[in-house]
Amino acid sequence: MKDTVDSYVTADGRTIGGVMMEMRNITLRFGGVKAISDISFDIREGEIRAIIGPNGAGKSSMLNVISGFYHPQEGEVWFRGAKRPTMKPYQVAQQGIARTFQNIALFEGMTVLDNVMTGRLNKMKVGMFGQAIWKGAAEREEVENREAVERVIDFLEIQAIRKTPVGRLPYGLKKRVELARALAAEPKLLLLDEPMAGMNVEEKEDMSRFILDVNDEFGTTIALIEHDMGVVMDLSDRVVVMDYGRKIGDGTPDEVRNNQDVIDAYLGVSHD
Amino acid sequence: MSADFLYGIEVVINGLMAGVLYALVALGFVLIFKASGIFNYAQGVMALFAALTLVGIMEGQVPFSHLINAIFGTDLHYFGWTVPALLAIAITVVIMIFFAWAVQKFVFRHLVGQEPIILFMATIGLAFFLEGVGDLMWGSDIRTIGLGLPQGGSLWIEEATASLGGDDFYGFFLDKLDILATAVAAVLVAALVAFSQYTKQGRAMRAVADDHQAALSVGISLDFIWILVWSIAGFVALVAGVLWGVKSGVQFSLSLIALKALPVLMLGGFTSIPGAIVGGLIIGVGEKLFEYLVGPLVGGATENWFAYVLALIFLVFRPQGLFGEKIIERV
Repeated sequence: MKDTVDSYVTADGRTIGGVMMEMRNITLRFGGVKAISDISFDIREGEIRAIIGPNGAGKSSMLNVISGFYHPQEGEVWFRGAKRPTMKPYQVAQQGIARTFQNIALFEGMTVLDNVMTGRLNKMKVGMFGQAIWKGAAEREEVENREAVERVIDFLEIQAIRKTPVGRLPYGLKKRVELARALAAEPKLLLLDEPMAGMNVEEKEDMSRFILDVNDEFGTTIALIEHDMGVVMDLSDRVVVMDYGRKIGDGTPDEVRNNQDVIDAYLGVSHD
Repeated sequence: MSADFLYGIEVVINGLMAGVLYALVALGFVLIFKASGIFNYAQGVMALFAALTLVGIMEGQVPFSHLINAIFGTDLHYFGWTVPALLAIAITVVIMIFFAWAVQKFVFRHLVGQEPIILFMATIGLAFFLEGVGDLMWGSDIRTIGLGLPQGGSLWIEEATASLGGDDFYGFFLDKLDILATAVAAVLVAALVAFSQYTKQGRAMRAVADDHQAALSVGISLDFIWILVWSIAGFVALVAGVLWGVKSGVQFSLSLIALKALPVLMLGGFTSIPGAIVGGLIIGVGEKLFEYLVGPLVGGATENWFAYVLALIFLVFRPQGLFGEKIIERV
């Protein structure tokens, strides 16, 4: 089992490190409804980890727990070897965890460039008055941030729309801009909530390529939720499968594919 | 040029300068509304409170003196010193920042995600509470602000322009205070725009105004931004309160300047800073011109209602205001 070793090298030559994030016995309730019950899993440095499951399985809730939008009633979140106290979403982001949303949360009134620039807000250290004077440190910082943003824009091939207000872009490009904003923060862990939802085949292929490239070139650890089984199996190193708030499978794509519980959950099984 | 035409121009200039002051009050509303969706009814009272506080500090008045005297049987009213204007302004700014913090901490933090009408009701409560606090702290007398700002017509402009018309034209009559107020407002607006475009906090502010969820995900603390926005609105209120206070004395009716901002907002849109400025100018010029041209025919006093009628007409044809975002509902 790969869980027991510190690090290993994948078939395509990437090195997967030790455990970065660990969810321990997470239970999340909304009133009387259990969205997540007693789920544990981990995410390792440098891997692409997928969370899959049918509609309403609690995948998005889990991602919201990781990013601090929801706070579980029971269980612990461990990040880089330390137990994480209850944190607000902005504090989680400051820790180096960036995310995208299922329904896209962009700043519609701003240009693509300004949107991606907001991803750098946490990298700006010079205070309000330093910026007011706009010399030395502040100027250097601004140049650095601009360069980083341009790198991301180049990388995701959205140079052509840099100055376009985001509200005018088609859906597929919006998804890419959202990814660019998350990447601009140079996150240690990148959370993607259904990055390919609502896309056509071509857009899906593009997005898959970007996800793999990000992981490969920047070594960014990625946790993603996806409906499309085919895509998940191609992309991810390990997969967690959820159904009705419970974990029913965890392992490599091949292991999961042959898991009877997973097959039942996806294909349906008669309960008699 | 005929004297009537020149007097018409004078009316327009005066209207523009009045409009800048309306815009200044409206700006306070727009800032808070954009960032948090709260229509802050208390903006006018904030202007009053800021002006009262400034006067009280400058004159070395003991805050809450009535209360203190009633409890301890003392007879305190003044410390016996006066505070220089700049220091007093700085202290007032600190108090307005404290107010912003308190509003966020004790009121709006507990109302996150509530209906807009509930937030609006909260600001009405806040307005009356703050008015009461102002009364308790500084008393209810009419005060004058001794900032030493110039006032009265500018002779220089009058003489310089007298030659433009014939014998029955005596030059433009422009109030020195209005000219100063226009300059101050222009500087303030420029500073606000620079702040929101070029600083980290300004960028964060625009981000929060656009989308709360996205702002959280890039690591912006909503709490901090809301306190910042209320602080800036408090500062804008201070400037507006002082300029109006110098004109007509610091008295409790000062809080009614908020009502002057309403038609400006309807005209310019609740979410647009340029809208607040242009809206203010249109209302200012419109009401002065209307009073000058039509006022004599209907017995005057049109300035009280003209702005609202203009705003209503605008509402019918452009509900989102001049610069507001267009509301498109998908079916």
